[in-house]
Amino acid sequence: MEIPRIVGAGLIVIGAGIGIGRIGGSAMDAIARQPEATGKIQTAMLIAAALIEGIGFAALFAA
Amino acid sequence: MLKRALYILTVITLFSISNIVAQEHHKEANKDAMHNQHGEEKLSIKEQIKEDIKHHLHDSHSFHITKGIEFPLPVILWDNGLHVFSSSKFEEGNGVVESNGNYYAISHGNGHIYKTDASGKIEHDEKGFETNEKPLDFSITKNVFMIMVVGLIMFLLFSGLSKSYAKNGGIAKGPGRFFEPIVLFIRDEIAIPNIGEKHYKRYMPYLLTIFFFIWFVNLFGLTPLGVNLTGNIAITSALAILTYLITTFSGNKNYWKHIFWMPDVPVFMKIVLAPIELLGTLIKPFALTMRLYANMFAGHVVLMSIIGLMFIYKSWVGSSLSFGLAFGLSILELLVAALQAYIFTVLSALYFGMAVEEHHEHEEAH
Repeated sequence: MEIPRIVGAGLIVIGAGIGIGRIGGSAMDAIARQPEATGKIQTAMLIAAALIEGIGFAALFAA
Repeated sequence: MLKRALYILTVITLFSISNIVAQEHHKEANKDAMHNQHGEEKLSIKEQIKEDIKHHLHDSHSFHITKGIEFPLPVILWDNGLHVFSSSKFEEGNGVVESNGNYYAISHGNGHIYKTDASGKIEHDEKGFETNEKPLDFSITKNVFMIMVVGLIMFLLFSGLSKSYAKNGGIAKGPGRFFEPIVLFIRDEIAIPNIGEKHYKRYMPYLLTIFFFIWFVNLFGLTPLGVNLTGNIAITSALAILTYLITTFSGNKNYWKHIFWMPDVPVFMKIVLAPIELLGTLIKPFALTMRLYANMFAGHVVLMSIIGLMFIYKSWVGSSLSFGLAFGLSILELLVAALQAYIFTVLSALYFGMAVEEHHEHEEAH
């Protein structure tokens, strides 16, 4: 009875994981190119990650 | 080398204390299950753990730290007349309190106060929701009390810091000086880049308050006191509503123009964009509340479930592994506490910046 819910929760986690993974990956590339901009890149990465996690959690609550 | 080891040992002890106190609670709950106050049969251990977690995460009218240190908080109700009494009256007798002719009882399901008749019976409809009348509840509950405590701590800390500037000629001394780099960080990395040099000073007090309030409240949630403020959607939505009000009231003509009549796009697009942008202004604070609420609530639930796992596995290997996992998760929760405060502040600053942005010409794309 709860299968659609569980499948939905899994999809949400996959979506959030892919999104944050891509951001992390491109952040690493950028840091590798320009090590002196590490601080700014880290900040921007954290902001983007938190936004994506926000949606993820809100959707997880609905499911 | 030795000093470093001492630091690490202190940190480990502090975390273990909170886990061990949680274990104490569980042991009491196990003993109480023998004679549950509603006369039901003994709950299975999973249900006991759920009860305990609910007790930790939800607001309550008395402050129960550990066995022995417990004090009841005043209950203030408005029901065509002011009723004030101590919540310890709910403990004595059979859970019904009489006050100026009306009877009140606390529902076991969600801890709210309902108006009942003299027997204290609370009716439930078919879905399980309570159907009694509710008086307006202005009590000092655990959450309200903690907000006042955190407010007092912040006030003392930062007024002490500012006084030390005056006394020591521009150099901060005393315990508050740990916060000076953080305040400067908020000003230089969050406020000025997002809001701009001209207007950032108006919003600095709010940004600083929000950052430190959320950070301290999240840290208090990790202690064994069992307070869970930001995991309560009422509190996070209040903070987000404040951000929304400040953005709306400080929006200049450019801001409203961008919402309702976006410049430099074809007319047909302007009409399509207007409702979307309007909805966007409401969704942004909503996302703020959900982000903070879900992060903190889910973190607490997971952490306490893992501690509860220690009791389900009554073996050496399972319990110690669960303890290790709970410990590791607690350290992650520390990071999340600060990170959520930072994110809330950054996004609020971003919204303020968008509200006071001046109009600047966009160049042609070609």
